[in-house]
Amino acid sequence: MLVFLLRRLAQSVFVLIAMMVVVFFGVYMIGNPVDILISPDATPAEIEETMARFGFDQPVYIQFLKFVGNALQGDLGRSFVHGEPAVQLILSYMPATLELALLGLIFSIAIGVPLGVYAGYKADRWQGRAIMTGSIFGFSLPNFWVGMLLILIFAVELRWLPSTGRGETVEVLGLRLSIFSSNGLQYMILPALTLALYKASLVTRLARAGTQEALMQDYVKFARAKGISETRILFVHVLKNIMIPIITVLGLELGSMIAFAVVTETVFAWPGMGKLLIDSITTLDRPVIVAYLMLTVLIFIIINFAVDVIYTLLDPRVRVKGEAA
Amino acid sequence: MSADIHIAPTTDPAKLWRIASRVAGLAVVAALVMLLGGVGLPPLWSRIILLVGLVALAAVLLRGKYAKFFSGPSAYVATACLLLLIVLAIFATELSPQNPYDLRQLDIMDGRQPPGSTNFDRTLTFHLGTDEQGRDILSGILYGLRVSLSVSIAATLIAMLIGVVVGIYAAWAGGRIEAILMRIVDFQLSFPSILVALMLMAAFGRGLDKIVIALIIVQWAYYARTVRGTALSETRKEYIDAARGLGLPAWRIVFGHLLPNCIPPLIVISTVQVANTIVLESSLSFLGVGVPITQPSLGLLIANGYGYMLSGQYWMSMYPGVALLAIVAAINMVGDRLRDTLNPRLTR
Repeated sequence: MLVFLLRRLAQSVFVLIAMMVVVFFGVYMIGNPVDILISPDATPAEIEETMARFGFDQPVYIQFLKFVGNALQGDLGRSFVHGEPAVQLILSYMPATLELALLGLIFSIAIGVPLGVYAGYKADRWQGRAIMTGSIFGFSLPNFWVGMLLILIFAVELRWLPSTGRGETVEVLGLRLSIFSSNGLQYMILPALTLALYKASLVTRLARAGTQEALMQDYVKFARAKGISETRILFVHVLKNIMIPIITVLGLELGSMIAFAVVTETVFAWPGMGKLLIDSITTLDRPVIVAYLMLTVLIFIIINFAVDVIYTLLDPRVRVKGEAA
Repeated sequence: MSADIHIAPTTDPAKLWRIASRVAGLAVVAALVMLLGGVGLPPLWSRIILLVGLVALAAVLLRGKYAKFFSGPSAYVATACLLLLIVLAIFATELSPQNPYDLRQLDIMDGRQPPGSTNFDRTLTFHLGTDEQGRDILSGILYGLRVSLSVSIAATLIAMLIGVVVGIYAAWAGGRIEAILMRIVDFQLSFPSILVALMLMAAFGRGLDKIVIALIIVQWAYYARTVRGTALSETRKEYIDAARGLGLPAWRIVFGHLLPNCIPPLIVISTVQVANTIVLESSLSFLGVGVPITQPSLGLLIANGYGYMLSGQYWMSMYPGVALLAIVAAINMVGDRLRDTLNPRLTR
């Protein structure tokens, strides 16, 4: 057991190192950052001086070791544009992304579960089939396109909700969040809905499969025999039993919500990590790009490691296989 | 006893179909080579050959299963829609009123005209309006369709090729090699594809070739995993044992026997995967890290018009968006029908 977890941890560390190599050589070695740092009419001496100041005149492996050394101390460089340390900059944008992803998760459950339960209940009728066809659209529609459509309908035509930006924020536990103010919440609805759509189709499919299975169980027959209304059976008895796998899957999907937030944040000009990444790519702000990539990889490695640990604890087969290998 | 024995010429239908599919495939490849290389027949002829070849390939794929495929009206609508969009993409040069990539044909005076207006000299009607540079949206959509489709199809095919090689090799080699290869695959699939693609494009910069490479890197692992699964179950079957018993060399067993049996499930997957790739490509282009500005795909057209949408000039991003929606939905629905028609699990 412990051996397996240690192996897994070693693998995670190895992946992190591999990612460092890839990111460093990918982003740092393509083109010369000095070219965008100094004016084009700088003298060769000035260029030399700037190169030396940033350490670009040293051999590649020294630069890489320096990068790794600094990264281990939590220093991934200083943003060219904002002038702040890149890690700090990204962490200051993180709460906005996280609250958006969280509200997106809530929306996807609120939309997906009722639709899925209903589709499972009417599995062979046109209602069920219509919902399933609709979920195909939820999977295949481009995220940004949905966002645009929502803006066009609710912000431009109906003028019910604001189109872009973040709105009022309230300071909670030292973080500036908009989820607690009604104005801020208004700004969050459209982007969170956009982000939720893909996951909502996933939830719909999970809930449908779960409901179909649950409806054949004895407790449903018993509840029917007792004369409990169908609505109550569906949304009390069945729902309780299908929620656990849905919540597990969604918890695992939180990481991909953060990744998809890149697109949604750009559409709605939501000032989160994703928007910061895109802005940094357009302004060639390399330290921020590198820091974003490293932090996201770290988040994903932690999520994957946690998932593996939980599975190992829950599923003996994984444990046995891991020890045998 | 008269020796009146007639030997019928070989009309084994399976063999004829095989020949037909090879001829059609060769025609498609030849047409593509002529179009991309700018050699041989005139482009119009190459395009017609390409279209005929593609339709013939689809006909060979579905032979004897038309009734099953075309069950219900949605199959007809989706197929017709997909065929129309493919025709539009292939013949974009001939059909579009303007070449949107040729800056000499664009006039800034025609910028941001609403649908149905004419250009300054009244020689051209902009049926779907123009964008800020005076580019006809309809022409932009036709060319953009071509970019989106060709980038996605190329990336999907190459990724499939790599995935097939890696997957079959892993399944055949087994042991340590398989473990390492599948670990890499697992590792890559644990990251969302949009994130991987963003990382790559952030490092590569914009460009048609670069986005194809990024989309290949994003997808290959998915195919490798699928093919390995199929190949593992196929290697346990008797025909492989028989081939081994005949003393055939490994490469002949793999390429002649194993590979052909691993391909059919991939056809269905790759159809849907093309749609996913189009979505991914358009998302990247929308974010400004995809195709170059000079050759806009549908995603980039939408992004270009997006800034004007809030001021009511909806046509610049709305119509390319509708085209994107149509192509993605059509491919997905055809893919859905293909899965029901060709699914080996249902027919065996």
